[in-house]
Amino acid sequence: MLTDLLGFPPQVLFGQLLLGLINGAFYAVLSLGLAVIFGLLNIVNFAHGALYMLGAFATAGLTTYFGIGYWGALILAPLIVGAIGMLIERFLLRRLSGVDHLYGLLLTFGLALVIEGSFVKLFGSSGLPYAPPPQLMGGVNLGFMFLPWYRGWVVLAAVVMCLVTWYIFEKTKIGAYLRAGTENPKLLQAFGVNVPLLTTLAYGYGVALAAFAGVLAAPITQVSPLMGSNLIIVVFAVVVIGGMGSIMGAIVTGLSMGVIEGLTKVFWPEASATVIFAVMAIVLVLRPAGLFGNAT
Amino acid sequence: MSMAVMDNHELGGQHLSEHIEELRLTDVHAYYGESHALHGIDMTVYRGELVTLLGRNGSGRTTTLRAIMGLIGHRTGSIHIKGEEVIGMASHKIAHLGVGYCPEERGIFASLSVEENLMLPPQVCVGGMSVAEIYEMFPNLAERRKSQGTLLSGGEQQMLAMARILRTGANILLLDEITEGLAPVIVDTLGEVLITLKQRGYTVVLVEQNFRFAAPLADRHLIMDHGHIATTVLKDELEEKAHVFEEYLSV
Repeated sequence: MLTDLLGFPPQVLFGQLLLGLINGAFYAVLSLGLAVIFGLLNIVNFAHGALYMLGAFATAGLTTYFGIGYWGALILAPLIVGAIGMLIERFLLRRLSGVDHLYGLLLTFGLALVIEGSFVKLFGSSGLPYAPPPQLMGGVNLGFMFLPWYRGWVVLAAVVMCLVTWYIFEKTKIGAYLRAGTENPKLLQAFGVNVPLLTTLAYGYGVALAAFAGVLAAPITQVSPLMGSNLIIVVFAVVVIGGMGSIMGAIVTGLSMGVIEGLTKVFWPEASATVIFAVMAIVLVLRPAGLFGNAT
Repeated sequence: MSMAVMDNHELGGQHLSEHIEELRLTDVHAYYGESHALHGIDMTVYRGELVTLLGRNGSGRTTTLRAIMGLIGHRTGSIHIKGEEVIGMASHKIAHLGVGYCPEERGIFASLSVEENLMLPPQVCVGGMSVAEIYEMFPNLAERRKSQGTLLSGGEQQMLAMARILRTGANILLLDEITEGLAPVIVDTLGEVLITLKQRGYTVVLVEQNFRFAAPLADRHLIMDHGHIATTVLKDELEEKAHVFEEYLSV
């Protein structure tokens, strides 16, 4: 096999490819949420990582205190955190709608620090383990590699969620409102659409996507207060590469950046932590609006 | 047509069987940041009337429509639509009083197809045109309904911008420079559309640059200058008041 010729056993290559896909799945869901939010609110949601973390903590909390297992949390945690997001939009971000978008960035960044700081204080920074659901314990030997069921599920669930979001955006009436609201919210409102409500819902949905990623992550990483801040920097790079506000751009870029990162771990391990930022720099030079962005 | 209407020289409309106020602005001021754009607009438009706002660029015609629509943050005075005070109302609620707005830049959404653009505004009143009726009125739109909205020609985009507010049941139409930059044949088509709308009893406020287009259609012309309404010309006074147009419209 080619991989043998290159001196890498296939298990290493495919193992890293799977890890890359899993990371890519998280990048995709998180950058998708950022894209949804950026589209209507025009702010870069720096609280995204903290809200992703809240999703994971909500999962652990639902199980510990209410006996609700993984599958229930998969539905409930995004709803709870999404509702918190809607409150944040309604009572904090909306007040900034008339001023420079930089203030939205500062507010969400401050919010992230407050949320993460409080959780470090309450739970410590080491984190809690969370077991995958019993149905997804173990895995299957595919011959060329071992596929843990839960990791396969994460990729599948993330891709399905991305496609559902894409469908809502491109094929439904509410999606038409969201696209029109991204282009010209004032005119959309003058047509009789309640744009302030639409904005609250869009923020809630973007936040719920972050929380959904947090639920998926709970059994893979430790549930820890700083799990989001480690991830979110890479996700911002992914958003820059894909282009702000592009739905398909976020999905495709998220998955492919994960895979590129995984492959780099095989071929040039030292560069794997920086490869996404290198791609970002190249994209910024060649196509400043991002691969899928509209240069306007 | 009742004699009362004919006697009343404030009105020029032929279809006004009774004068119901659809739109009344009283001492409306509007500001863009520090700049004072409207200096006390007073105007009334009755049901079924077609009224133009004429004037030079910067005289406040577009701002007047935007103020009615609630698109200007800072405005004072009083605006009544169908008897309801809207000066502090959010623009989506104003739309639901039955107001359709066609902005100067047409506002066709690039990320929506022609059909999505057409179907975008929610219904605001009963009795809007059906999609079939609209496609009959604007056959080009039917042919190109799957195209991206902004790939239409300028004339087609203008028709789309008109069509999409006719679908919603809005019966007060605020139309901003709908003939701007369009070929004469398309301007003629839009003229026919306006005649049809008038026959159907729509109330229309038309901002126009093209006086030849507006003159035969309108019941009254409100001439704007420096953010207020300088004078009114009824349609049967066009000849005797020709000097007014010279004074306020010539460049």
